[in-house]
Amino acid sequence: MNSNGEPIIEVSDLVRRFGDRAVINDISFNVHCGETLVIMGGSGCGKSTLLRHMIGSMKPTSGSVKIFGEEVTTMNEREIGRVRRRFGMLFQSGALLASLTVGENVALPLFQHTDKSPDEIEQVVKQKLEMVGLTGFEDLKPAEISGGMKKRVGLARALALDPELLFSDEPTSGLDPIMTAVVDQLTLKLTHGSHMTAVVVSHDMTSAFRIATRMIMLGHGGIVAQGTPEEIRSSPNPEVQQFIKGEADGPVPLNLSQEEHEHHQYVKPRPFALARYRFHHKTP
Amino acid sequence: MKNYLQLNLSLLYWILIAPFTGQFFKIAPIFRQMVFIGVRAAPMVALTAFSVGVTLAMQAAHSLQSLGAEMYIPDLVMLTLLREMGPVLIAVIVIGRSGSAVAAELGTMKVSEEIEALEVMAINPVQYLVVPRFLAMLVMLPALTIFGNYIGILGGWAVCRFALDFNTAGYVLRALQSADTWDLYSGMIKSGVFAWIVITIACNAGLHVEGGAEGVGQATTGSVVQALLAMLVTNAVLTGIFFFSA
Repeated sequence: MNSNGEPIIEVSDLVRRFGDRAVINDISFNVHCGETLVIMGGSGCGKSTLLRHMIGSMKPTSGSVKIFGEEVTTMNEREIGRVRRRFGMLFQSGALLASLTVGENVALPLFQHTDKSPDEIEQVVKQKLEMVGLTGFEDLKPAEISGGMKKRVGLARALALDPELLFSDEPTSGLDPIMTAVVDQLTLKLTHGSHMTAVVVSHDMTSAFRIATRMIMLGHGGIVAQGTPEEIRSSPNPEVQQFIKGEADGPVPLNLSQEEHEHHQYVKPRPFALARYRFHHKTP
Repeated sequence: MKNYLQLNLSLLYWILIAPFTGQFFKIAPIFRQMVFIGVRAAPMVALTAFSVGVTLAMQAAHSLQSLGAEMYIPDLVMLTLLREMGPVLIAVIVIGRSGSAVAAELGTMKVSEEIEALEVMAINPVQYLVVPRFLAMLVMLPALTIFGNYIGILGGWAVCRFALDFNTAGYVLRALQSADTWDLYSGMIKSGVFAWIVITIACNAGLHVEGGAEGVGQATTGSVVQALLAMLVTNAVLTGIFFFSA
């Protein structure tokens, strides 16, 4: 892990409210070059919302998000476009353009943002598809391939411009165990070999512990725990333990009524109770 | 409404200003959209225009024969088609066929995160998706209108030739004498304005879909209704300006 220098991502005091409900409530953390940060948490805890704030798709109620040292929350469309060219994003569904073939999808950012010739682009597309184990699929339409394949094409597209930073929303959900391992190895290779930084939102604990250099667990709109995979594994916080072990019984109730769910979302836990569980709540 | 105005401003920026800052739009997608929006609508336009031409001629015959003025049938068919029925009816066909398809396509892209994916790849959805459709519509709706006018006049000729014993040369000469170039131009101006209205309403509806498949359905229906109303009101205003204000 390389934690030297300026952080690639700085999230400070981020708050996002939908009406009275704070989905993100005062979250701060940094991500440094070469790190793989895994953000985990139960469904509806605000992981995807946090990710959307980091990529500049959503504007926060208050707080700041800096990517490569630049404040993205106040940027106009053109400025944010300049920052976005430096990172890739893998969507949960793959988000491939249905009207284009697999090859055209991967080639799209190359055609739009580089001066490469069609032959060069074809070579890059072949290489990126090979990286995700989809050689020879260039001419198929997204509707003709499986959900897991779409996700891998989405990853190839996210990597097309050799980004410095990769955001992944559930990169391994819907993949078989072997392909999950392939995608994890690819992430590890890119972060270790090419010093790419990765921010991964994941439910898949096996995959998360395999790739993470640091982990954040979200809950109640805030950070419940953060630390290295070892620190998370040995966390005394029962919520963290319930989540990583995948147990039905624990502090997170199985069935929440809407009222309880909303309460669970926006009421900040009592400071002393939280302090017992919270550890390493510092920005590196 | 705010979204609609923003879309129009954004469109003007990407078409008129952005090319001078080195951000050119691509030509190939425009031709693809021209085929989809225009060429594939041609058979439907032809059938509609032919039916309208035949109907106009029959109605004109019914009224004018009682006055002994059958010779004016080509005039009526020609002027009605060029000034009103051509632009309006063909816009109706294009709203129903191509406008709804564009709204549904963009709406589906919105709900399946494709639009967001474009934005995150630093590709502006207006530049990438709306500009080609807009330019294609701006070319193809007037082109379809000219095509429809020809077919409509052919419909009128069919009635005159086979039911009313006109000779072909007489029909053509009479039709050409009755029409002024302004009649064609006014229809073309209307057609261009309708193209703008139809495609911007369809794209705006598609880009702002919310709520999954149901939202796509509602946006598509909404875009058709809004485009029809806006087109008919604009037609009345333009007819007033072109033919009633002098």
